[in-house]
Amino acid sequence: MGIAKIKKFSLAQFKDYLENYLFILPAVAIFSVFYIYPFYDIFRLSLHDWNGITPFREFVGLANFQEIMRDQNWWGSLWHAGYITLIALTFQNALAFALALACDRDIRMKKFYRVVFYLPPVLSEVVVGLIWQWILQAGTQNGQQIGLLNYFLNFIGLPHLVNDWLSDPKTALTCIAVVHSWKGFGWGFIILLAGLQTIDRQLYEAAKVDGAGSLSVFKNITLPLMIPVIFVVVILTILGSMQVFVLILSMVGQGLVYHTEVPVTRILASMTGTNRFGYACAQGVIFGFILVLVSFSLNKISNKLKQA
Amino acid sequence: MKINRYILASRLKSIVIHTFLILVSLTCLFPLFWMLRSSLMTNATIFVDKSLIPHEFNIHNYYLAWTEGNFAVYCLNSLIYTVSVVFGIVVVSSLAAYAFSRLKFPGKNIFFNMFLAAMMIPLPGSFVPLYVLMNKLGLVNTRIGYILCMINVGLSLSIFLLKTFFDKMPSDLEDAARIDGCSKLGIWRHVALPLARPAIAVIVIFNSLNVWNEYILATLLLNDKSLMPLQRGLMVFQGVHSVDYPLLMAGLTIAATPIILVYLSMQKHIIKGLSSGAVVG
Repeated sequence: MGIAKIKKFSLAQFKDYLENYLFILPAVAIFSVFYIYPFYDIFRLSLHDWNGITPFREFVGLANFQEIMRDQNWWGSLWHAGYITLIALTFQNALAFALALACDRDIRMKKFYRVVFYLPPVLSEVVVGLIWQWILQAGTQNGQQIGLLNYFLNFIGLPHLVNDWLSDPKTALTCIAVVHSWKGFGWGFIILLAGLQTIDRQLYEAAKVDGAGSLSVFKNITLPLMIPVIFVVVILTILGSMQVFVLILSMVGQGLVYHTEVPVTRILASMTGTNRFGYACAQGVIFGFILVLVSFSLNKISNKLKQA
Repeated sequence: MKINRYILASRLKSIVIHTFLILVSLTCLFPLFWMLRSSLMTNATIFVDKSLIPHEFNIHNYYLAWTEGNFAVYCLNSLIYTVSVVFGIVVVSSLAAYAFSRLKFPGKNIFFNMFLAAMMIPLPGSFVPLYVLMNKLGLVNTRIGYILCMINVGLSLSIFLLKTFFDKMPSDLEDAARIDGCSKLGIWRHVALPLARPAIAVIVIFNSLNVWNEYILATLLLNDKSLMPLQRGLMVFQGVHSVDYPLLMAGLTIAATPIILVYLSMQKHIIKGLSSGAVVG
């Protein structure tokens, strides 16, 4: 009798579990097919030489990875992404932080600023890239500059600064980085402002009573309390900026312009340009590994700082 | 005297701060204004007339973009993709998040951590094997293929956000429904989902923006003009009309306007979701 009862109970529980699994089944199924399998496949393909079309693929071991080590264009593209990231980290985040500090008080039009600053981040990279490409456009028509920036430079009497901004290897990457920062600072602003607003106002009051100057308040109260939020912004900025590429495609086109190549455009070029799917996958693996390493070590540092 | 100086200093500070904020605001708005302005000009006037407000408005570009530029089709496609992907994400992720938060089954943590890990691990270039897979499955150049891929893109984060919401939500009402003999699926549908409306709103908004603005998968998976969404269509359009700036700017305005309108009407939710998301993540 007792045994039968246990058996019946466990059967009911089994059915219960089965029913519960049905809830996660659609998610797990989609995730397995469209995430886990490609995740596995990128590693498998990275060990092959394959043009993506023929059923035959040759196993080449680590040859793709060895080739990447010698691939000047690849490491150049990584440096370009690093440059864009550096500008985003400094210029974009400093601007975001300054704006957040400016809005972290009772000022008029605060809501307006918040709405406006987050407008560029909601636009697509294609739209942003094409608008700025039009503004930065070089060339003249009927003796007049086509692009607004060059026209403006002429207008204010600085014609020697007129430039082919997006074709000149010296300026193209910086232009892309600045437009990327233009699109991104509003996002950092919202998150940093949310962080600032969690700081207890009484701390500021107490510091004021004690006669602390605003610089000292910033250094001793605001900054230490903001470190976790700052780290979130830093990590997400790095991951986002290193992988930027749609903006580049829309600003300088899809041609092979080496001075504006970034890792993802290299991967795309290997895949759709030269039909080397195995090589593209190996590049993806290396790049993913670098990104994981960077975000992992930053997380480590952030945790250490939190404990201290 | 001293007080006066204090007031003067704070006035000055406030003026400096507002000037700074207004300048940055103008930098945000001006390119959009310039897009709109350029879209209202003609090929004859755009290179000559640099005034801020064009002397005459030319709406013909919008007509051309909408009809010959194929934007009517692109817009409809973007709408179809956005609605079906977001609907799919809400159903699939809320089912899973509900199970992860409320139901018991072996391996629960493993499955949940799997989704969590996918959120943490960046996988650039994953579009290569994804394209290979879609090719194998015969889903290249199909609506359903693109929709399924995009559901997967938004799945992990949505599950995570909804699970955190369910975890904080009291389960009294669900318990009451269970005692009344409501099935698990019934509780999910009639009790949990309506209560999770704020979290679902966040998921709907962010995934809508994401799908509407998506470019790379649309480029790799959809070659047929009749299937392309707006972002992909824009790049095709730009390739054809690269020197016809008024027409291109009209196309851009068509692509940007819906997202700007949605943003302006939902900005409270968007900023709230973003702020709370940052604290959680």
